[in-house]
Amino acid sequence: MTCDEAQILLHALLDNELDAGHAREVEAHIASCPACTAELAAQREMKRVLADTKLRYTAPAGLRARIEASMPQARPQPSRRSVLRGFAMGSAVSALAASGVVAVVLRQDDQQRILSEVVSAHLRSLQAGHLIDVVSTDQHTVKPWFNGKLDVAPPVIDLTAQGFTLVGGRLDYVDARAIGAVVYRRRQHIINLFVSQTASTEHRPPKTQTMQGFNCRRWGERGLNFWAVSDIGGDELTEFVDKFEAAMKANVEG
Amino acid sequence: MPVSDDFQKAQRFREAALPYLDDVYTLARYLLRDASDAEDAVQECYLRALKHFDSYRGPAMKPWLFAILRNVCNAEYARRAHSHAAIEDTPGAADQTPMWQESEASPETEVLRSRDAGAIRKMIDALAEPFKETFVLREISNLSYREIAEAVGAPVGTVMSRLARARAMLRAAWTAEEEHSK
Repeated sequence: MTCDEAQILLHALLDNELDAGHAREVEAHIASCPACTAELAAQREMKRVLADTKLRYTAPAGLRARIEASMPQARPQPSRRSVLRGFAMGSAVSALAASGVVAVVLRQDDQQRILSEVVSAHLRSLQAGHLIDVVSTDQHTVKPWFNGKLDVAPPVIDLTAQGFTLVGGRLDYVDARAIGAVVYRRRQHIINLFVSQTASTEHRPPKTQTMQGFNCRRWGERGLNFWAVSDIGGDELTEFVDKFEAAMKANVEG
Repeated sequence: MPVSDDFQKAQRFREAALPYLDDVYTLARYLLRDASDAEDAVQECYLRALKHFDSYRGPAMKPWLFAILRNVCNAEYARRAHSHAAIEDTPGAADQTPMWQESEASPETEVLRSRDAGAIRKMIDALAEPFKETFVLREISNLSYREIAEAVGAPVGTVMSRLARARAMLRAAWTAEEEHSK
């Protein structure tokens, strides 16, 4: 091997780009050549200094934002921000949950996004003082309380006899809209039943999804969308929804 | 639905390409030597990359983005027109100065003094193309020789000799400056 060749190959040696055979050849030459030995040492030293120096640049935040803005967006996302704002104000409970929710909220599929907002609203409600706006176990107190606050009258049904205690109602925000939440308790577990208006009057059978360890059962009935969210088991939540639906049917018919 | 398809494509692109924003911006800064030109080039690079994302089948994302950025930068060089050569080899550039002229002159166990990042960045900026580009891709962007070859569209052997040349030039500049500051 000539010095000219070695002077090029020693860089590949430094960069670990040579296979074992070539590496041995280069090393053999360098061992017998003081000039190449010096060059290798000098280059190694320079590489070391370079590695210790911050030579990378960081892209300005404005550039990142402009690139993001130039890409197709799913839809304007005020609701996503409002969810995050909810967390920003939240307690340790929500701070803990926020990291997970943020990742989930960024999944833009519409159903998925609303589900994650519903779960976020549920989480928010568990913070001290956020659960209930009107405290009452009496459906005749809770139901009128919603009057004038929503464009919809959420059915408020007492299920205490069926094992789910009505504890009150609350206004919440999901998908950038005010939404009614009727709160039930099962043992120590809270069930939030979110109710919003929908254009569709057809019956959509209940379906359970899980997000962040919460079960959410959603269905549609008589122009209303329902989401029942809780940390109780899927079977208990199904039982709750079945009883609620049965009672609602009886109310309408009765 | 075209809208949601577009959106999903953008979403996949975001996840695949945006993590390399700092890498792309760094390369643009070294290639263009100007912060605001670099920003424009990076934005254009991401626009083009998104447009061609459907046909992207590899290589790795980073060298692919770099290859697009190079094209954007070459257009920028052309725009600047005056004196600034494109990244492509200028004929004879490698012959203008003997490759290893400085090695006899340098002491055998020379230790380079650490310098602040700004001084080193300036010395790298001063390297001639295409040597600077190869050097930055290897030493700062951490690409393998093969990835560099893919990004710049040159054989691996050419990458090796450019890199050797770039490092020799940088070390010459470095030692010259140390001599000067003594």
